[in-house]
Amino acid sequence: MDSELILKGVSFRYDSQWCLEGIDLELKEGEIVGMIGPNGSGKSTLLKIMDGLLKIQKGEILLLNRPLSDYTRGDIARRIAMVPQESNFRFPFSAFEVVLMGRFPHLGPFPFEGKEDQEIAQHSMELTGTLDLAPRSIHELSGGEKQRVLIARALTQKAQIILLDEPTSFLDIRHKVEIFELISTLSRTQGLSVVTVSHDISLAAQYCQRMLLLNKGSIYKVGEPAEVITADTISAVYQCPVFVDENPISKTPRVTVVSKRKEGKEQRL
Amino acid sequence: MRGSEYYRVTPVRVMTTGLVLSGILLGMILFSLCLGPAGISLKDALTWVTGSRSVDQTAWMILFKIRLPRILLAGLVGFTLAFGGVVFQALLRNPLAEPFILGISSGAAVGTIIGIVLGLGFNLGVPLFSFMGAMFTILLVMGIAGRHGGLESSTLLLTGVIINAFFTAVIMFFISTTGGSRLHSMLFWLYGDLSQSRYVQLSIGLPVILAVSGIIYFFSRHLNLIVGGEESALQMGVEVELLKWISFLGISLMTGLVVSFSGIIGFVGLIVPHLMRMVLGADHRLLMPAAALGGAVFLIAADTFARTILSPSELPVGVITAFLGAPFFIYLLRQRGSRWTQS
Repeated sequence: MDSELILKGVSFRYDSQWCLEGIDLELKEGEIVGMIGPNGSGKSTLLKIMDGLLKIQKGEILLLNRPLSDYTRGDIARRIAMVPQESNFRFPFSAFEVVLMGRFPHLGPFPFEGKEDQEIAQHSMELTGTLDLAPRSIHELSGGEKQRVLIARALTQKAQIILLDEPTSFLDIRHKVEIFELISTLSRTQGLSVVTVSHDISLAAQYCQRMLLLNKGSIYKVGEPAEVITADTISAVYQCPVFVDENPISKTPRVTVVSKRKEGKEQRL
Repeated sequence: MRGSEYYRVTPVRVMTTGLVLSGILLGMILFSLCLGPAGISLKDALTWVTGSRSVDQTAWMILFKIRLPRILLAGLVGFTLAFGGVVFQALLRNPLAEPFILGISSGAAVGTIIGIVLGLGFNLGVPLFSFMGAMFTILLVMGIAGRHGGLESSTLLLTGVIINAFFTAVIMFFISTTGGSRLHSMLFWLYGDLSQSRYVQLSIGLPVILAVSGIIYFFSRHLNLIVGGEESALQMGVEVELLKWISFLGISLMTGLVVSFSGIIGFVGLIVPHLMRMVLGADHRLLMPAAALGGAVFLIAADTFARTILSPSELPVGVITAFLGAPFFIYLLRQRGSRWTQS
């Protein structure tokens, strides 16, 4: 399997303080990597760095074996797509128009999409099960529908790598599972490489081949979910007592927060 | 999928919409040309052209030296304000943004008045000061909007209120210190007055405004992406900062010119883009030309109304647009407020 994106000793700072230090990561074709870590550990920053939106001060990033800094913005946008945590279209764009915007990096100076662009957009909507939503206005859609439309837009970009910044944080469990199922199907059938930030550790563990646990700007542990997600690592990094066992159905690690009120309750009983 | 063609903006759709609106605009110009206290009809004008009757010099003067430049200037002003409204709504990602509400028009007005007080020429000096006034206000608004660029409705409205309050005070200061005879015309101008229209203003304004709006239109596709969030626009390869600066400079120039010609005319940039968006959708490739042409039609209609309703005396056109615009604004705020005030 080829490596799509390689990070070697990447460090980044906004000002004098390093936000990220010595990050090494290889993203392989068709792989889903889940990025976890407490708030402020640098997850979103790392995602932006992978997308070339932030310039790193140390280390190097290779996209398809070429330094990321050699690519133009348009070149990157044709290879890497980002799905934001939440997007606010306040104007009545139809879902189809939003998906079609994914063709932006592919269009030449002529500012209109052609027949082929339209077909690509339609196909992406088929793959994400959003074709029925095409004529609907984007701000009439529910959170889950909107996320699926944005994933369709990322597919329309024809990117091989999709970065998702907490795509499920505003969704209920059914829609959370739907999004993860969709990502997982796409990576299997389309060979997409995916990096997704998630706060739902147990759920991410069911779908990701590898997990990356960030702590204060550096990698605490990276590897298969069962290696990364243990009571020790999660408790240490999140500074919150947890209990980890095996999900009886998926056989992946399952995190349970140990409530401090438990003892009190028992006493009252 | 059947019918998806319908949801896509094509060059053909832009062209046909443009042609239809241009036709309406032409009709509006001709209609407005016939209306006025001196009852001259277009039929009279046609008989002069065909030579079946000799030219009535007075009527000719009224039609082509007074009414026509005023109508054309009204069109140009409406064009600019509606276009500016669309661009600001996209950049601030807020459908309530508009040159008047944001205080950009009053900023330009302060510039204009300072230019007049300094005794500068009306062809270059005064418009230059108007431009600077508009630019200053835009930078102020964007400074308040902050790094992320979007403005919540409540912040936007408060910003506009404060900027307008301050500039109104500056304007009142200058008016109070100016002699009495000039007071009336200045006050009239302040509320949006097109009665002083001359061809010379058109000859300066038309090429500049068409060129600048053409340049900004080139980025219509980019504005679509900015509406969906600056971050994802950046990701797709939109030069967000560059586009912002081009828009600020361009819109300041256009608004500055227009305000120096016709004073503060509010709400055009709110009403017209909103109606166009309801009918044609949000894609800026279609919305920008449609709103600009619609703005021209709208302001010609409003000005025709303003100069005929109390005939032979006249109202400033800004009074008409405010009568229509303020209730419309409240309606928008109530109707969609909940959605638009969300961050």
